[in-house]
Amino acid sequence: MSTTVWLIPAFPLVGALLNIFFGGVIGRRAHWIAVPALAGSFLASCVLFANVVPGETLTTTLFAWVVAGDFETSVVAYIDPLTAVMLLVVTGVGALIHLYSVGYMHDDPGYARYFAYMNLFVFSMTMLVLAGNFLLLYVFWEAVGLCSYLLIGFWYTRPAAAQAGKKAFIVNRVGDFGFGLGIMWIWSAMGTLDYDRVFKGAAELPPATATGIALLLFMGACGKSAQLPLHTWLPDAMEGPTPVSALIHAATMVTAGVYMVARSRALFERSPVALEVVAWVGVATALFAATIALIQTDIKRVLAYSTVSQLGYMFTAVGLGAYAAGIFHLVTHAFFKALLFLGAGSVIHGLGGEQDLRKMGGLSSRMVTTTITTTIGALGLAGLPGLAGFFSKDEILAAAFVTGRRGIWALLLLGAFFTAFYTARMLFLAFYSGPRMTREAAHHVHEAPGVMTLPLAVLAVLTVISGVALGIPSEHGTRFARFLAPVFPVHDGGHGGFAALLVLVMAVLVFTAGIALAWVVYMAAPIRADAIGRPKTVVHALLLNAYYVDPLYDRVIVRPLLALSEFLARVFDLRLIDGLVNALGRSVVVWAAGIRHLQTGYTVNYALTMLAGAVAILAFLLSR
Amino acid sequence: MIPLVSLVTFLPGAAGLALLFVPRRSVGVLRVASLAITLVTFVLSLPLYFGFAGDISGYQFEENRPWMPTLGAAYHVGIDGISLLLVLLTTFLMPLALASAWGVIEDRLKEFMVTILILETGMLGVFVSLDLFLFYVFWEAMLIPMYFIIGVWGGPNRIYAAVKFVLYTMVGSVLMLVAILALYYQYGAATGRYTFDLPVLAQYVMAPGRAQDFMFLAFGLAFAIKVPLFPFHTWLPDAHVEAPTAGSVVLAGVLLKMGTYGFLRFCLPLFPDASLAFGPVVWTLAVIGVIYGAWVSTVQPDMKKLVAYSSVSHLGFVMLGIFTFNQQGLVGSLIQMVNHGLSTGALFLMVGMIYERRHSRLIADFGGLWRIVPAFSALFLVVVLSSLGLPGLNGFVGEFLILVGAFQRNPWLAALATSGIIFAAVYLLWMYQRVIFGEVTRDANLGLTDLTTREWAVLVPVVALIVWIGVYPVAFTGKTEATIEALIAQVEAKASAHR
Repeated sequence: MSTTVWLIPAFPLVGALLNIFFGGVIGRRAHWIAVPALAGSFLASCVLFANVVPGETLTTTLFAWVVAGDFETSVVAYIDPLTAVMLLVVTGVGALIHLYSVGYMHDDPGYARYFAYMNLFVFSMTMLVLAGNFLLLYVFWEAVGLCSYLLIGFWYTRPAAAQAGKKAFIVNRVGDFGFGLGIMWIWSAMGTLDYDRVFKGAAELPPATATGIALLLFMGACGKSAQLPLHTWLPDAMEGPTPVSALIHAATMVTAGVYMVARSRALFERSPVALEVVAWVGVATALFAATIALIQTDIKRVLAYSTVSQLGYMFTAVGLGAYAAGIFHLVTHAFFKALLFLGAGSVIHGLGGEQDLRKMGGLSSRMVTTTITTTIGALGLAGLPGLAGFFSKDEILAAAFVTGRRGIWALLLLGAFFTAFYTARMLFLAFYSGPRMTREAAHHVHEAPGVMTLPLAVLAVLTVISGVALGIPSEHGTRFARFLAPVFPVHDGGHGGFAALLVLVMAVLVFTAGIALAWVVYMAAPIRADAIGRPKTVVHALLLNAYYVDPLYDRVIVRPLLALSEFLARVFDLRLIDGLVNALGRSVVVWAAGIRHLQTGYTVNYALTMLAGAVAILAFLLSR
Repeated sequence: MIPLVSLVTFLPGAAGLALLFVPRRSVGVLRVASLAITLVTFVLSLPLYFGFAGDISGYQFEENRPWMPTLGAAYHVGIDGISLLLVLLTTFLMPLALASAWGVIEDRLKEFMVTILILETGMLGVFVSLDLFLFYVFWEAMLIPMYFIIGVWGGPNRIYAAVKFVLYTMVGSVLMLVAILALYYQYGAATGRYTFDLPVLAQYVMAPGRAQDFMFLAFGLAFAIKVPLFPFHTWLPDAHVEAPTAGSVVLAGVLLKMGTYGFLRFCLPLFPDASLAFGPVVWTLAVIGVIYGAWVSTVQPDMKKLVAYSSVSHLGFVMLGIFTFNQQGLVGSLIQMVNHGLSTGALFLMVGMIYERRHSRLIADFGGLWRIVPAFSALFLVVVLSSLGLPGLNGFVGEFLILVGAFQRNPWLAALATSGIIFAAVYLLWMYQRVIFGEVTRDANLGLTDLTTREWAVLVPVVALIVWIGVYPVAFTGKTEATIEALIAQVEAKASAHR
């Protein structure tokens, strides 16, 4: 079994290394290494999934890693149903997106480099999920960040891409600063970083310590999963190739924060304050990002803010203790958001690189497969009853409602309304409204090749069936929750009756209202391109500029720090410290001028004399 | 029994002096011979690593011969878990530094080779000396070749930089000499035996108080200048910017480690009470250095200066770790010394490679290099990531252990120091972005050539070690654990003897 476990990361690692070292030779054939690597990894994940024994945690150690005194960590895997589910999502969606990339990146000069990075990412992400202690988690937490950096800046000649990559890395480092401190605190408080011992010992932690640790860990999650106030990197990350946005910045990496909090629930549950913070940051981010998504004109930015918002839903769920619901939404979101991004990629591909919704429209007749599959993805996100997103979002809403958090429930419901609206708006503007592109551009519109539409179709099928297959609520939780029950105990009987019906009905109402409103605004009458996304009011301007968070950070943090650094470098270091040193030196020179004629004045002479003397004495004495 | 330590230490210097008899016309012979000498030295130092028992705390490969018996000075050398890694770092970096100077140094090539070989002996001598007198001789002797390397083969402002380097260091060394003598007399007066032997002196439990404080500060100043600890760092940027690449590599890779090594080898065991008492001062300066160095690096227009100031930041971590007085902090510091030697050494090597081609180190003169020199850019990225402490590479292991150690002493201080990892990402990635990414902005850069075979040969070993230490650090930390454990026990035992 442990061989299978290590095969999962080994396949993509070998793939990455081959394409890194022999990329020049491999060139256009890079996918013949990268895609099978993912397929192998996915197969191994399936085998692992089939062999996970409920209630048992398998750990398998590779070697001792960082050791200093009592501080001992190894490279160790920790496998339970949660790990198995995450691995399936990462390698399964990953394999589909790798396949899709064969078509999407077809003409790119950096073909081998692209697949090397992508495989490196999957290696890191699977290791992140497998990691059996916090330090190893941290390692691959930063490693996926590196892959994100490399892939956002993949088209490195574009200044915006290079800038966005760096921004992503640094903002994540701010989160990791907290995460790292949290890990140090865990070790100081408990003397271990191994999951099983930390989770067992968490119950005895003083609540204040648990709160501190949990909040610091959550800071890391905020960075990785783009939650307030560290969300600013994710929209900019859309500078990367679209399949990257689908895999890393929607389906997998950004959900690592949710995974980490759910995984560390023993620590968080020791601190009601921390859980409350998680829940409210989730709610705030969900609404904040959803409102921004309402008005964006770039198709990828709509999806990016949507991702931020949906991650907020997941955090709300885990903050409320509904871990299985949070992870379920993570899984379904991976399907439909990857689908949406790949659909958008297909559109961008078909329009020769165009991402502006204002210049789209009327694609439904020209790109049939893309239209059908993307529509399914959009309805999945918006919450059409029967599709995956409906069930998983309903679980979260129900969790808020039945735990008596009506305020949170109401806010999430409002967010669901926004979600339905912006999703429908995007869909209408891209596919169903009249065409707004130039005649020239319209002429070139074409459907994507099969290697791209096949992954779209598979993800669409998953979006349709995963909800019904796994997410139908019952007295004992959903099927999905029952599978995860060894990790997240299911509380029987919380679900059902009038409350459940009310939550359900409201969700359907909100979905319908959102779609209907979008129809009225964008479909009922033909719409002109310049009427979309134009700041008509202050509110519009505020949303269009994402609440001006970026300029604010620039004014308040970046520029003052740079100014201070300039002052330290040019004035404090050169004038003050070095000035003192030089003044001291000059005063010695003045004093020494008086006695200089005692000496020859050649430093060279002194130095050589000293050395020669030392060597001579040494030689003489040694020879005795 | 072969005196391996002496052989490794004196081979480069002795062979270097032999090179004086090679005619200066024979440029090829001089180059090949000096490279061969450093390579042989490295190979000879490998048995030290493989033969070193990591579970023993005492000195190994010891050689002890009378030298000046009337003075109590002996030729006493040996290595323990602390010096082992630094000796290896030195023998590893020297061939690389020489290879980097292959085609660059044309003026007085013979003298350069001889000087750098003597320097190697001086540096190795510092790390292996177990006699204070012998140590001081090496400590001072090593200054002279470094002075020449900067002053003769340096950049336009080399004389200023070289004199500044020597004066700065001398100020510290003179005080250290006074302290050595004070210790010598105090021990002699107390025991009737006058000796410079370090293991003997280290057994001596000195009463806490003014005398010990003075000696700690005198040793400490000499070492703090070498490290350099904020605010004694201003010689460093000048020395680095003016020194030729080989000089910078040696300076950053090895010379700075002598300061941190000095704290570990002398200050902690000899003056434990003072070390503990001044601990908070050192932490504070160390953490200021971490952040200050990073901030000042951010705004440097010159790549070499940027890397120089980043050393102030990195060495701040090392100092913080040493004064945590716990296993994590100290092991972390030691491995971080090696890491800094590799990462910063490699950064200087690569900035040097770019300078050779373009005769500029200004960030603003570059941009879009990936398209022109992809192999260089990829390796440069690995080195940059190692320097900013990316997990999986070497820097992370040291930094994290240091921070874990510091966290146990003072969580707030650890938090401040941890913020350094954010700023490291800022200055390094920003520099990388401006130099490597974007469109090619200057026509002069279009003709740049990618790495040559020689440059590959220089960089691949460093990068391999960077990855090896990151993935499997136990291969190195395992050699140091027992020594560090004994050191901590010694400090604690001595400090508690008076309570």
